[in-house]
Amino acid sequence: MPDLNAIAAIAGRDLLKFFRDPGRLIAAVVFPFLMIFLLGGTLQLNLGQSAGFNFIGFTFTGFLGMTLFQSTAQGLSSLMEDRLNDFAQEVFVSPVSRYSIVFGKIVGETLVAIMQVIPFVLFALILRVPLTPTHIALLVPVALLSCFMGGAFGLLLLNTMSDTRGANQIFNFVFLPQYFLAGLISPINVLPWYLAVLSLLSPMRYVIDLARGVVYAGTPEYGRVVLLSPATNIAVLGAMFVVFMVAGTALFVRRETSR
Amino acid sequence: MAPAIEVRELVKRYRKGTVNAVDGVSFDVEQGQFFALLGPNGAGKTTTISILTTTLGPTSGIVKIAGHDVVREASAVRREVGIIFQNPSLDMNLNGEENIRFHAVLYGLYPYRPMYRLMPAAYRHQVRELADVVGLGAEVFKPVRRLSGGMRRKLEIIRGLMHHPKVLFLDEPTSGLDTASRRNLWQYISELRKQRDITICLTTHQLAEAEDADRVCIIDHGRVVAMGAPHDVKSELVHETLHIDAADRGVLRQQLHALKVPFSEDGHFVVRVDGRSAYELVHAIDQPLTMLRTESATLEEAYLRLLAEENA
Repeated sequence: MPDLNAIAAIAGRDLLKFFRDPGRLIAAVVFPFLMIFLLGGTLQLNLGQSAGFNFIGFTFTGFLGMTLFQSTAQGLSSLMEDRLNDFAQEVFVSPVSRYSIVFGKIVGETLVAIMQVIPFVLFALILRVPLTPTHIALLVPVALLSCFMGGAFGLLLLNTMSDTRGANQIFNFVFLPQYFLAGLISPINVLPWYLAVLSLLSPMRYVIDLARGVVYAGTPEYGRVVLLSPATNIAVLGAMFVVFMVAGTALFVRRETSR
Repeated sequence: MAPAIEVRELVKRYRKGTVNAVDGVSFDVEQGQFFALLGPNGAGKTTTISILTTTLGPTSGIVKIAGHDVVREASAVRREVGIIFQNPSLDMNLNGEENIRFHAVLYGLYPYRPMYRLMPAAYRHQVRELADVVGLGAEVFKPVRRLSGGMRRKLEIIRGLMHHPKVLFLDEPTSGLDTASRRNLWQYISELRKQRDITICLTTHQLAEAEDADRVCIIDHGRVVAMGAPHDVKSELVHETLHIDAADRGVLRQQLHALKVPFSEDGHFVVRVDGRSAYELVHAIDQPLTMLRTESATLEEAYLRLLAEENA
């Protein structure tokens, strides 16, 4: 099974690059501090009582889902960087199937995203977000699904980009609205109908809601925080993953060979 | 037995292109041959190589490598070919060995291990052996960012040879290499051909490197303008010349007219050696010579002449 080794090699390369990038390592520690401690803390003090649930936990689950999803999606753009600096030709001339290349890339960026959220979870524990070992164990498959979803979404986006500048513009355009439509830091239980439709189309919404479904399971706040059952979120994410993955890979391979 | 490379009426027009980058190119390369694809910048060499190695799709035409169609059997083709790219294609975030390991695993040669010392002994032996052959030695373990351009080229060469390809594409492989490294590389490739019956397809601007080719194909503006053994291509376009002079130039001139050989004067006499040996010519001249030199035609001269004629 040479392709399994190839997937491991492609994924291992991404992980190695992450550990050799001091900027990304520092960001992985500083970002959760800023988001949970400062933003979550501020929201809790000002809005926590009226909302009726803990905003630090709400913010934690929001940023956890967002980081897993967005980090993997943006990580896929390194396929484009590889194309620009000619490393892609080394990969594409190899006998590894294109699906394995893309899958290896998603696995690699998934590992990177999971490394990035480890400090996140540690900060949450320090700030007494009620996370039990069971919660953490259940968050592992949730994290994998969220990353795979992000990877497939990133792959689809990749086909609309031609350079890194364009990629940053597209990422801003695609991700920023989702912060609000997916309920990253503010509840979306009530939305005008047109925003409700857009919210339903946002993959990040299901990722974040799934994380909240796990963390808030069995708590009195569950009904006020979680929008859909975990089973529904998993079903929607699974369907989106298949569609994005098949369409994204087909477009990517076509674009690589039909210049 | 199918040719190692079979190209029939290959056409490639880029999506945003207004002319064909490759325009009806056809050639065959037999197994074990050393084939050189020559042409000026933008002639279509790299486009052709990209199609032959499946990284680019053709617009039309048939291309087969070891009997496998590059479009329908791309995966089978990729197993048969190795390529040393014109543009550096190394990952700058990795060290040299990590780049090689990545390649070796992608080609299914060895299982993936996250560290060099965990890789199989055969892999470690092969890396050290190839690093010594191209003169890279222990530098192979340095981060690619810290290697010079020449060392990076050597690293790419090691990588391209790791999986023992049947057809090895060398797209300007020695650019950036010093003279000694260039010689070492060609010696190694020559031995490789003898030992493994490997087919070489070379593109280069160093035309001296193509002198030893079994066949050369010169393309310009995407079309084949000359093809054949280097000797045949040269003899069609340029001629071996005899450079002579004598104390009494008038007598020598008369003798050359009498012998009916074409010649010109450029401070001395330049005689074209057509259909006879230089020895015969010198033997037929009884005037004492003050200068005697022969000049063989080079592929470079033939190439330049051909391109000048094409673009006239």
